[in-house]
Amino acid sequence: MQLEDIKLQNEKETRAGFGDGIYEIAKENKDVVVLTADLAGSFKLGPFIKEFSDRYYEMGIAEANMMGTAAGLTIGGKIPYTTTFANFSTGRVYDQIRQSIAYSGKNVKICASHAGLTLGEDGATHQILEDIGMMKMLPGMTVINPCDYNQTKAATKAIASHNGPVYLRFHRPKWANFTAEDGSDFVIGKAQLMAEGADVSLFACGHLVWYAIEAARALKEKGISAEVINLHTIKPLDEEAVIRSINKTGCAVTCEEHNIWGGLGESVAHVAAQHNPVPIEFIGTKDTFGESGKPVDLLDKYGLTPRFIVAAAEKAVARKKA
Amino acid sequence: MADSKQLEQTATQIRRDIVRMVHGCQSGHPGGSLGCADYFTALYFDVMKRKEGFDMDGIGEDLFFLSNGHISPVFYATLARAGYFDPKELATFRQINSRLQGHPTTHEHLPGIRIASGSLGQGLSVALGAALAKKQNGDDNYVYALCGDGELEEGQNWEAIMAIPNLDVERLIVTVDWNGQQIDGPTKEVMDLGDLPAKFKAFKWQVIVLEQGNDIAAISAALKQAKEQAKPGSPVVILMKTVMGKGVDFMEGHHEWHGIAPNDEQLASALKQLPETSIGDY
Repeated sequence: MQLEDIKLQNEKETRAGFGDGIYEIAKENKDVVVLTADLAGSFKLGPFIKEFSDRYYEMGIAEANMMGTAAGLTIGGKIPYTTTFANFSTGRVYDQIRQSIAYSGKNVKICASHAGLTLGEDGATHQILEDIGMMKMLPGMTVINPCDYNQTKAATKAIASHNGPVYLRFHRPKWANFTAEDGSDFVIGKAQLMAEGADVSLFACGHLVWYAIEAARALKEKGISAEVINLHTIKPLDEEAVIRSINKTGCAVTCEEHNIWGGLGESVAHVAAQHNPVPIEFIGTKDTFGESGKPVDLLDKYGLTPRFIVAAAEKAVARKKA
Repeated sequence: MADSKQLEQTATQIRRDIVRMVHGCQSGHPGGSLGCADYFTALYFDVMKRKEGFDMDGIGEDLFFLSNGHISPVFYATLARAGYFDPKELATFRQINSRLQGHPTTHEHLPGIRIASGSLGQGLSVALGAALAKKQNGDDNYVYALCGDGELEEGQNWEAIMAIPNLDVERLIVTVDWNGQQIDGPTKEVMDLGDLPAKFKAFKWQVIVLEQGNDIAAISAALKQAKEQAKPGSPVVILMKTVMGKGVDFMEGHHEWHGIAPNDEQLASALKQLPETSIGDY
C-alpha cells in the first residue's frame, strides 16, 4: 500500500456506518438484538427498527439498566448491541460493565457514538476522552475504534461473530471515507497498513487515521517517508505489526482523539518499551477536558490536526538521529 | 408440593452449611443467608423447574438470579444440596483457588451461577434481560430474582423496576428480602424506604406482601400465586418479610450479623440450634 493508493470516496458519519451495519448483520444473524437509551435517531437505527421491531428494545434514559439487561439477554444466546453516546456507554456505567459484562464474560457489544472532541458543540460533559482507557483496562474486553464509515460498518458486522464483550467506539460528524467499501480490509485485532514508509511510523485510530494520512503526504513533501498504520483494534493490539514497523522506521508518532493517558499511545509505548524502545511522540489531548466548538476547530485547538502530527514526526525523526 | 418434612430438613441442612462455611473461613455474610434459607429451599426444591446438569443458556428451564450476592453462602449451599456440585466443595468457600468466591461469579465456572453479583443493584436488570431472551426464544419458563431491601437504595433497581412492566415482561418473579436491616443499622434509620408496596404499585407492579417469609410452604404458595397473577405490563413482586439470622437465636434480627463470622463457641451454639439432618454435613 502506498499513499497514492488511498482515495477519498466521500464524507460520511461513522455512526451512519453503525446504522447501516446493524441493519445488514441483523438480516444475517437472527440472534442480534439492539437496545437503546433514547438515542435511536443518533445511531441511525430507523431501518433496523422498521424491519426488526421484535428485536429492538427502547430502554429509556437508563443506561445502567440497559447494560444489565444486555448482559441478561446473552443468557439464552442473544447477541445484544447497546447504543448510547460514548460517555454514557462507559463512565456512567463502568461498574455495570465491569461486573455484569466483563467479569461475567458476557457477549455484549457496547456500541458508543459521539466519542471525543468531534462531538462538537455539546461540549465537555459529552466529549469523553477517557473511554478507551477505561475499557482497555477491563480484562477480556476488546476495544475497537474504526476510522471511517466503511470500517465502522464492517466492524459493526464483524463483532457479531466475535465471542466476548466488545467496546466499539465511533463518532458524530461527517468524516473522510476511504477504506474498502465492502469492509474486506477490516479484521478484528489486525493492524491495517495504509501506506508503507521508512523514516517514521504513524500509528492512528478513529478519525485521526485520515489526519495521519494527510500528515504523511505533507511529510513526503518535506522528504520524510512516513508509514501509516491504522490500529483500529486497540485491544488486543497487533503487537507484531507495531514491532515490525518500528524496527524498520526507528521512531513513531501515535495519533488518537483521546487523552494521551490511557489511550492508544500508551499501548504502543508499552510494546515499544518491551521490544524496541524507539523515540515516540504522542498526539492526543493532554490530560484536559474539551469544550464547545466546531469539530475541526476543536481538533486544531487541542493539537490533533495534521500540522501537529507533522511537527511530532519531525521531532521523532530528530530524536532518532540525536 | 414436595414433602414438607423433607423441605424442613433441607433448610436446616442449608443453615448448618451456612454457619459452618462462614466459620470455616472466618468471613462472609451469615445474617441474610440464614434469613433467606427458606426462600432458597422453597424455590429450588419445590417451585423451580430445573433440568439435569447445568448449561449457561438454561433454555427449557426456570432461571434464578441473586442480586444481593453477599448472601452467597445460602446460594452455594442450596446449589450444592440441589446437585449442581459436590457439597464437599462448600469447605473451600472464600479460600484461594476456590470456585466459591466471596461473591458469586461465572468466572470460576461454578455450575448454577449465571452472572456475577456483589456490587449491588444489578441483578434485576440482568433478570430482565434473561426474561427477554426467553421471550425471544419462545421459552415460556420463568425467571426468578432476589434482591435485598437495603439494596433497593441503589438507583439501578428503580430503572429496572420501571422498565420491566414497560417491556411487558411477566414471566419474571421478583422477591425482595424485606428484613429491615442493612450494615449500618435498621433500614428505617439508614435510609427509610418509606411505603415500599406503594412504591412498587406506582411503578405498575402487583404486590404480594408475604408476612411469613421464613415459612417454606407460605413462600412456595406466594411464588405460585405470583406466577398465576402476573400479566404483561403488570408483573408481580413478593415483599418477603424475613428475620435476619433466622434459626440462630443470637443472630436473629441483629444487623451486626450482616457480615461477621461466628467464633468457635458461637458456632457450637448455632449448630446445637440447627440439629443434624439425615442429609449430613459436608
